[in-house]
Amino acid sequence: MKLNRSRRKSVMFVAYSPPKHGGDMLRIDTLTKRFGDKTAVDSANISVDAPSMIGIIGRSGAGKSTLLRMVNRLSDASSGTITFEGEDITSLRGAARRNWQSRCAMIFQQFNLVPRMDVVSNVLHGTLNKRSTLATLFNLYPQADIHKAIEVLDRLGIAEQAPKRAEALSGGQQQRVAIARALMQDPKIILADEPIASLDPMNAQVVMQSLRAIHEADGRTVIANLHTLDTARRYCDRVIGMRDGRIVFDGAPEQLTTGVARDIYGAGADFSEAATSTEIETLDRPEVREAGAYV
Amino acid sequence: MADISLSGAAQTVRTIQSSYMAQVQRRRLYSGLTLLIFVILMVSGFNIADDRNAGGFWNGLHQVGDYPADVLSEAWEKRADLPALTAKYFPALVETLNIAAVSTLIGAIGGLFLSLLGTRGLAKWPCLIPLFRRISDIMRAVPEIVIALVLIFVLGGGPVPAMSAIAIHTAGALAKMFSEVSENTDLKAVEGLSSTGATWLQRMLLGVLPQVAPNYVSYTLLRFEVNIRASAILGFVGAGGLGYELRNAMAWGPGRFDEAAAIFILLFGTIIFFDQVSSRYRNKLTDGQTH
Repeated sequence: MKLNRSRRKSVMFVAYSPPKHGGDMLRIDTLTKRFGDKTAVDSANISVDAPSMIGIIGRSGAGKSTLLRMVNRLSDASSGTITFEGEDITSLRGAARRNWQSRCAMIFQQFNLVPRMDVVSNVLHGTLNKRSTLATLFNLYPQADIHKAIEVLDRLGIAEQAPKRAEALSGGQQQRVAIARALMQDPKIILADEPIASLDPMNAQVVMQSLRAIHEADGRTVIANLHTLDTARRYCDRVIGMRDGRIVFDGAPEQLTTGVARDIYGAGADFSEAATSTEIETLDRPEVREAGAYV
Repeated sequence: MADISLSGAAQTVRTIQSSYMAQVQRRRLYSGLTLLIFVILMVSGFNIADDRNAGGFWNGLHQVGDYPADVLSEAWEKRADLPALTAKYFPALVETLNIAAVSTLIGAIGGLFLSLLGTRGLAKWPCLIPLFRRISDIMRAVPEIVIALVLIFVLGGGPVPAMSAIAIHTAGALAKMFSEVSENTDLKAVEGLSSTGATWLQRMLLGVLPQVAPNYVSYTLLRFEVNIRASAILGFVGAGGLGYELRNAMAWGPGRFDEAAAIFILLFGTIIFFDQVSSRYRNKLTDGQTH
C-alpha cells in the first residue's frame, strides 16, 4: 500500500507553496453583488492565509454560488475587491481574466462537461487557456498532456472510462471527470459549487474524499459550497456560514454548534442536524483524514 | 504482493494511454484526410466553375462594389428627394406586406390541416397519412417563384398569383414544422375528449390546438418574416408591390438610383422592424410556456 501511494505521488503536481511575503493568499473585501434591488452577496469579507479546505454552508439562495462565481470571475462583482497574492482579481479583463480563471478551477453541481465528447477530451479542456484556439479546434493536444490527463483520471480511479463519452458515465464518475479537468488546470484554488448535491451518498463520499485528498496531497486551497452541515464538518478545516447574502459564521468546524447552525439556516428550535444529514454511519472523521491513502 | 499490484496498476495505465493515443492518431489521420479531400474538392470545383464562367471570377471581383457605390453616390447627391420618394413608394410597401400577411394566414390554416392529417396518432384517416405527407412535401419542394411564374402566365400579373404562390409554399413548409410539434402532444387530452363523444374536428381544435398553439404561432411568425422577403422578390417577376418598383428603378440604370435607394431603405426598415417585433413576441411565447 505504501509503495502504491508513492507511485501515485509521482504523478501529482508540484505542491503549491504559500507566498514568501507572509500576507494573505486570498482576500475578499466587502464583496457585494446586487441583482436589481436584491442583494445576493452583501459585503462579504474572507481572508485565507494558507492553503486550506473551506466549506461554505447556508440555505439555497443565501448567496453561496454567487460568491464562488464572483471569485472565478464568471460573474462580476457590484462592488468590493478580491485579491490573490496581492493581485487585484476583480479588475482583470480579457486575457488576464481568462488566465486567472485557468488558475482558479471550478466544479459545478451539474458537472458541466461536454456530454458528446470523450472523457479524456473533457479533461484536456483544462488546458484550453494554455493552447491556441486553432490547435484545440482540431483536437491537437500534445502527447504529454494526453498522458497526463489519463494519469489524473487514474488518480481519481476512472482511467478505464478514458475513451468513453462523458454522457455515458454515471453522475459520480462525471463529477470525477470534472475534478480531473480542474486538476488539469493545475490551479491554486479549486472552487466547488455544490459538488455533491446531485449525487447519491456513496458517490458523494468518493467525490468529497477526492477533494480532501487533492487539498492534502497537492496543497491546493479548496472552497466548496455545501448544503449539508455534516459534510462541511467532516471534510473541512474551516466553515463559513452564509444567510441572506451575509457571512454570519466563520470558524472551525468544532465551533459549529446546533445553535449556530439554527442561526445560519434561519430555523426554529425544531431544527435538528439529522434534517440535512446525508451521513453514512460507517464513515468517521479520522478515516477521512487519511483520504490521501484512499485516492 | 504490493510490488506486483504496483506494476500491474502502472501497466494498466500505460495500456490505456497507448490505446487512447492510437485512437487519437487514427482520428487525426481521418480528420486530416477529410480536410485534404475537402480542400482539393473546393479548389478543383472552383477552377472548373471559373473556366465555364463567361467573365471570370478574378477579373470581375474588383467590380463587385461598383454598382452599390453608384447607387449610394447618386442617392447621396439627391438625398433631399429621399423622404418624398419614400412616401411615394409607401403604398407599394403596404401591398407587399398585404401579400405576405394574407399568404401566411392562408398557408398556416392549410398547414394546420395538412399536419393534423399527416401526424400519427392524430390523423382522421391513418391510412392516408403518407398521402398528406407527400402533398405537403410537394408543396414545399416547389419554390414560390416557380409557382408564381406559372400562375402569372395563366392569370396575368398582380398580387393574387403572388399570394397564391406564397400560400402554397407556406402551407407545405408549416405542415412539416407543425407536425413535428404535434407529434409530441399529450394524447391523453385527446382521449379524454373522445370519451365524451367529440368529433375529430372538436378533438383537434379543443384538445390538440391549446397544447401546440404557442409553438404554432411562433413558427407562423417566423414564416411571416420569410414571406415578406419572398413577396418582395416575387415583385421582380411581375407580381406587384415593392419588388416590381425596385426592378423598374434598377432596370432604368443611372438616373433613377435615388428611387432604388428609397425602396431599399423601405425594404430593409420593414424587414428589420418585423424581425424585431416577431422575435420579441416569439420569445415571449416560448418563455410563457413553462408558466
